[in-house]
Amino acid sequence: MPLDKRKLEEDFFKVLMVASTLLVVGSLLSVFAMVILKGAPALTISMLTQTPKGGYYLGKEGGVLNAIAGSLYMTSGATAISFVTSLLTALYLNEYAYRSKLASFVRQSLDILWSVPSIIYGAFGFIIMVYLGIRASLLGGMMALTLLEMPIMTRAMDEVIRMVPRRLKEASYALGATKLETAFNVVARQALPGILIGILLGFGRAIGDAASVLFTAGYTDNVPSSLFDPAASLPLAVFFQLGTPFPEVQQRAYASGAILLVIVLSLSLASRLLAKRMTKYVVR
Amino acid sequence: MLRPHISIEKLNVFYEGHHVLKDITLDIPEKRITAVIGPSGCGKTSLLRSLNRLIDTVEGVKASGKVLIDGVNIYENGVDVTAIRKKMGFIAQTPNPLPMSIYDNIAYGPRIHGEKDRGKLDKTVERCLQAAGLWNEVNGRLREPASKLSVGQQQRLCLARALAVDPEILLCDEPTSALDPLSSRHIEEQLIALKKIYTVVFVTHILRQARRLADYVVFLYFGELIEHGPAEKVLTQPTEPRTQAYLRGEIS
Repeated sequence: MPLDKRKLEEDFFKVLMVASTLLVVGSLLSVFAMVILKGAPALTISMLTQTPKGGYYLGKEGGVLNAIAGSLYMTSGATAISFVTSLLTALYLNEYAYRSKLASFVRQSLDILWSVPSIIYGAFGFIIMVYLGIRASLLGGMMALTLLEMPIMTRAMDEVIRMVPRRLKEASYALGATKLETAFNVVARQALPGILIGILLGFGRAIGDAASVLFTAGYTDNVPSSLFDPAASLPLAVFFQLGTPFPEVQQRAYASGAILLVIVLSLSLASRLLAKRMTKYVVR
Repeated sequence: MLRPHISIEKLNVFYEGHHVLKDITLDIPEKRITAVIGPSGCGKTSLLRSLNRLIDTVEGVKASGKVLIDGVNIYENGVDVTAIRKKMGFIAQTPNPLPMSIYDNIAYGPRIHGEKDRGKLDKTVERCLQAAGLWNEVNGRLREPASKLSVGQQQRLCLARALAVDPEILLCDEPTSALDPLSSRHIEEQLIALKKIYTVVFVTHILRQARRLADYVVFLYFGELIEHGPAEKVLTQPTEPRTQAYLRGEIS
């Protein structure tokens, strides 16, 4: 190909790439901006520190502490459980069932589960709860969110664990280490920054999801004090407040959304910092 | 005849249907450096890896025959593979430090074998780094990531790490091929010093290196054992035409 044509090609695709990047960043920033701008007037200290008082949904006193606490409790619980199962599954797939039919079947299933709408997990969780005789509760919501998080977290960890170079495992085996010792001391350590990203992905998906907690956790104006209490959540708080006809309550919906964004953002920053510290030992 | 440390009897290795080692029968002498030479793809590495059963970790590999170490066949059913590997330090072609600090890299082996005493671990780390000729360069920064060391230092770290589990045998798979000449010389010097205590099996494709280091030489060609014997004999007066051709540089 003549040089000027190749240069033209280069320029053309560069423009396309920059445009795509701008589109992505721009639309995300617009969402942020809208939530912050619309919610800012309602974003007061009492939003964070108080539960809804009588008449809150008509525009009177109170805050969304119930939803903040409910969301944090449920998502933390679900993330903790998913972390354990996901790490164990990912290690199993890569270190024990490597290249087996089972491994590819599990991967395929997880990829499909990833795209299952969250309302389905909610409905499934609800059926299980009815069967076990559990009411809509913190526990129920946690179960549904765990189902939602597991496929994402497992696949994310699976991908990073798969990238661990063979020579590192060999070094460990050659010293007389067992598979288990190698998996936890070498493989998991090398993949640690990626594992952290996996946890964040799972947490982010779960804390922002409304549909799976709708039936399973219910909604309440109180901060749950036991696993069997119903629990509010921020996404549902947004949903309910946005559905009222009162502008000041709608404003609070955006403020609740902003709180959600800030939680996810600070977690993302924290995990980035942590990952950076852990990358120190990673072998390239 | 030198006292054999490793006795290989009719060892055959297949990799996904390829016959990579054919009926190898061979004694490897104790506390000497044995160089395994031959053109690339001749099965040198496979031979080395079948001595500590590292080939087991590769999918699609089948091995048959016997490898006797201290009189025990390591391919016997029910032998403890981790105990076998503990007896043999392994140095790979490219340095492979573990994702941890310099100290932890060396303490890793003793720790998995149950050593918890901090004082003992400290001593082991120092002793092994001394033996690998790395102590003076890393003393005072043992907590730094191993990956920060230069490639040559990393390979000496791997040597120190291998020594930390108190092996009897050192298996080296072209350990200098990724290193600069100075670092290579470092490794060679350490190996010569170490053969007083350890049996060393050394894979190389560099003939000059074999001449410098080897007491005993094994020549492999397309998975077959062509010739083996004391270094001065095999390297200067080989009896087999294929060995002669290889030494003259006619086949590679």
